[in-house]
This record gives sequence, structure tokens and C-alpha cells, in this order.
Amino acid sequence: MAAAPKKTIKEGKERYKAGVIPYATMGYWEPNYVPKDTDIIALFRVTPQEGVDPEEAAAAVAGESSTATWTVVWTDRLTACELYRGKAYRVDPVPNQPNQYFAYIAYDLDLFEPGSIANLTASIIGNVFGFKAIKALRLEDMRIPVAYVKTFDGPPTGIVVERERLDKFGRPLLGATVKPKLGLSGKNYGRVVYEALKGGLDFTKDDENINSQPFMHWRDRYLYVMEGVNRASAATGEVKGSYLNVTAATMEDMYERAEFAKELGSVIIMIDLVIGFTAIQSMSKWARKNDMILHLHRAGYATYARQKNHGISFRVIAKWMRMAGVDHIHSGTVVGKLEGDPSMIKGFYDTLREPRLSASLENGLFFEQDWASLRKVMPVASGGIHAGQMHQLLHYLGEDVVLQFGGGTIGHPDGIQAGATANRVAVEAMILARNEGRDFLKEGPEILAEAARWCAPLRAALETWGDITFTYASTDTPDFVPTPMLV
Amino acid sequence: MRITQGTFSFLPDLTDEQISKQVEYCLNQGWAVSVEFTDDPHPRNTYWEMWGAPMFDLKDPAGIMQEVNACRKAYPNHYIKVNASDSTRGWETIRLSFIVNRPKHEPGFGLLRQEGEGRTVRYTVHSYATDKPEGERYSVDGAGPDDSR
Repeated sequence: MAAAPKKTIKEGKERYKAGVIPYATMGYWEPNYVPKDTDIIALFRVTPQEGVDPEEAAAAVAGESSTATWTVVWTDRLTACELYRGKAYRVDPVPNQPNQYFAYIAYDLDLFEPGSIANLTASIIGNVFGFKAIKALRLEDMRIPVAYVKTFDGPPTGIVVERERLDKFGRPLLGATVKPKLGLSGKNYGRVVYEALKGGLDFTKDDENINSQPFMHWRDRYLYVMEGVNRASAATGEVKGSYLNVTAATMEDMYERAEFAKELGSVIIMIDLVIGFTAIQSMSKWARKNDMILHLHRAGYATYARQKNHGISFRVIAKWMRMAGVDHIHSGTVVGKLEGDPSMIKGFYDTLREPRLSASLENGLFFEQDWASLRKVMPVASGGIHAGQMHQLLHYLGEDVVLQFGGGTIGHPDGIQAGATANRVAVEAMILARNEGRDFLKEGPEILAEAARWCAPLRAALETWGDITFTYASTDTPDFVPTPMLV
Repeated sequence: MRITQGTFSFLPDLTDEQISKQVEYCLNQGWAVSVEFTDDPHPRNTYWEMWGAPMFDLKDPAGIMQEVNACRKAYPNHYIKVNASDSTRGWETIRLSFIVNRPKHEPGFGLLRQEGEGRTVRYTVHSYATDKPEGERYSVDGAGPDDSR
């Protein structure tokens, strides 16, 4: 591929002569372009092949994700092709990463079908990731204009309405994934649900790969789970729920399972990210119609979200899922067993919960984003967390989050109810202390120890897991660090 | 049993000093505090009786504690909760809600099962307290007739 052109050729015979000319020359590189308020903007991290300059690489991405093909076609001249061309307008080197560039590309709104994540993604990530001129490519962030946001329904329930329905305010919600994740019969499975909910959790959860296997068919699971949920509700006077995973091979199967969950009075159902964007939007519409909270397990996301040089950042997935319309999404724990740099996770959580985002490079947010009253998604923190980390969890994740203690409930030495009680007492004690104005992050261990003095289950939990931490270096980290402030 | 609705039901009953600190937190957030009471604690009884309107203009925790105590005096054997409402755009809902008074005896709930086709069951959470008319559900001395249950 040729070096960057000095001049763009957009019009006339010269431009449309049969043959191959560089993408930048074809008009996909426009350094003077000022994005319109209604443009969709995508930010890619581009690693060009040797000898391909960054502007040409950015133009190639812009071209292949909008109107271009590899050669000149005269049929462009039948259209307002200037409008439809994706426009790379800015390329910045990535700090401390040789041969990586942040490429900003603007797309006109008319390139996209209203309200369709499938269409949006078919354009933005459809072809370009396999493009030969580029060694690696990562979609880092997107600015979705209000004009496009408004074509999506968003979360069917949202944080505010979920809390009102559950009558639970002012503290993180608590959940647990039933373990072992595979092999339990329906009757045994429902036992775990009952014990965990009665002990003090708000939710239990099917795991991502609990669908309908030989050891437990889905109807059997739903029936026993709902017995556990309702028993626990009567035993505590609280609204309780269990995420019934409706993930299945076909939409027809998923609708059938969702209908059965509704018939049994469940307040929440669950889907996996691997069912695909269209299926997610379909289930969102169903959930909206049936007053059902919709939990999304991000099964599979780390295959493309974790490595920094290639794939899609989770913050983009978080944006798409807020638009597609889910109520819960797993978004990292910071302190647990799964990948999660604190400043990156803050960016994900803000994306899901805030009404409007400011650009914040240290949190990986490159753009302002106005969500235009799209409902808030409840983030879920799951994987290797326990009661002894409650102060850190509250500090990093805030109170509008579901904290999922699977092993940290079911693995309690005195049983599942005791495990659940330990977690509930820990969260309530921490919120009480925070609201009283105590420095809960610093005094966290002390606050927990005070509660453990009268709460034996918490005492046992702290003795079992108190000092368990997972300290590994994160791979998905910010490229920008804030300049230290002089004091 | 002990009903565990509200933000702090797993902790020992809050002292007045602790309640006052929570109220102060709510007022510092700019939330309006209100007091509600009921003798029907069903988990889906959304509308407890209001002890007056939310105290939008009362900014002193001591004033709110006076209302809490007045409500306790009038309904010593009811459930009473303190709520805080946030009028900020995007919230416009309750942000904190916790129980500050409960009957000495809490009879709890039974679970009624109506068996249907295909092993399905329709569940009803039934509050034992509501077997009696409003106002007669919890005796003043707290020892309910259903203590034997």
C-alpha cells in the first residue's frame, strides 16, 4: 500500500478511473473533518503492517467499515457517496506503544438502521478486523449520538425500577451462583437456592452453562428453584429472586422457557451474551412486555475484550448492551479472581450507571456520552469475592451493584445459610458505617471485626477467607495515567 | 421470625443515636425523609401508611427523630420505617429505607400452594397478622395470640 497522499481526490474522472488507489486518497482520510453532533464516532487502536502509514491504515478501517471495497467502483457516483463514506479524521500515537495508533472515525447517522445493534456492529466490526493491511485492531470506544440512542428502548427495568420492585434500597444487592455449576439434580439445586435466600441473599443465579442437560432439565430446575424462592420469601418477608437462565438453541426455546418462568412468578430471567445481539434485543423486548428483570451473563466476552491490541473493549460492549436493553451485566470486581484493573472497571461501571459521561482517559473513556434518559444498567460483580473484602467492594463499585458471592456463600464452613448471613451482615454493617461518615475503606477490617463479634457466621467467614486475595497484573489497563498533582 | 425488609434488618435494632446519624446522612445528600407505618408487612405491601408527608423542609435530624418517636408512641407495636427520597433527575425514587420499630412478636408468613397442571404451583405469601382486622393485628403487650405458632 502506498504512503499517505498529499491530497485527497474526491471528485471527477481521476477519482473514478478503474483501478486501485489508496483509501486515504479516496476520501476516507479527512483531517479537517469536524464530526457532526449526529455522527457516530468510533475509536480504533490500529497496529498497521510494516510500511503502511497510520493515516492510510485509519482510512482503510474507515473505508472497509463504511462504503469502500478494494478497488474503485463507478457506481459510487450514483450516490451521495461523500455522505456515506466513513471519515478518519484524527490519528494519535498510543502512549508508550510503538506502532500503535488511536484512529478516530466518524460515520453519518444514515449509515445505520435505527434500533439495531446487529446493524451497527455489522458495519463497525463487520469486516475490518481481518483486514490484511492491519496487523491488529481494537475497537476502544464509541460515541453514540443522542439521535441514535433514542432509537433504542434500553433496559426494560433499570436500576430505579428494579429497586422499587424488589423494595430494596441503599445497599448493594447480594447474590450467589449455585455451585457446583453442573451436575446437581433439580431438587438438590433448589435446596441451595432456598438456603442462600433464606440466609439473607436477595438473588441466586444459574450459571452461564446451566441450560437443559441430562442431569437436570430446565422445567425441573425452574419448578424447584421457584419453590425455594417462595419459601425464602415467606421465611423473611422479603422479595427474592433467582436468575432463571433461558439460554437455549433457538429463539422458540428461549421464549418457551421465559414464558414458563413468568407463569411460575419469577421476577427475573437470565441470558448469556453468546446468544447474540439480535437474540438479546428480542429477549429485551419480551422482558419489557412481561415486567421481567433481564440479567445478562457476559459469557464469552473475554475472548475478544481482554487483550489490548486486538478485539473490542468491554466498555463498548457495555454501551451496546445498555442500548440493546439488559438490566444486569457482569462488569468486573476489581478484587476478585477475574481480570479487572480498577480504573478500567470504573469506566465500565460509569458507562452502565451514569446518565451522562465526560471523557476520562484514565478510565478509558475517550468521549462524552449523553445517554438521554436511557435507563441505568445494574452492574454485577462476580467471581472470587468474599465478605472480608466488603469495604473494598463498596469503595470500588459503589452501592448500585449486585455482589455475587458463589463460593463465598456456599463454601462457608457452617453451611449456606450462614454464608449468606455473613455476607448480608457485612454489607449492612459497611453501609451503616459509611453513612455515619466513617472512613470505611481504611477502617473496613475493623468494621467487619466489630460486626463479627456478635455475628458468628461473619466471624467464621473472616476466619476462612479473611486474607484471600487475587493479585495478578491486569492485561486490560489504561493507556493514560493522570499527571500527578503538586500539593 | 424477624422480617428483614429494609437496609439494616440484619443488624441489631438501631439505637436512636444510630438512626439519627442515618437521618443526618440522608439530609446531607439533599433527600427528603419520611416516616411510614403498617400492621401488614407483606413483602409486596408497597403502600404503608404515611406519618404525614415527606419532610421536605425539615433539615434537622432532631426534628425528624421527634416525628419517629411520635409515630412510635402512637403505634408502638407496628412496623415503622424511615425513608429518604431523592428528587434528582434520573433517580426520583427512594434511596434509603430502614425499619426503626417492629412488633415485639412477629408471626411472619405462611406459603400457600395452589397445585396446577404439569407440576406447576401458584404461590401466595400469606401474612398471619392479616388474619385479623386492621388495628387488631398486634396486641399492645406484644404477646400475640399466635405466639404458639
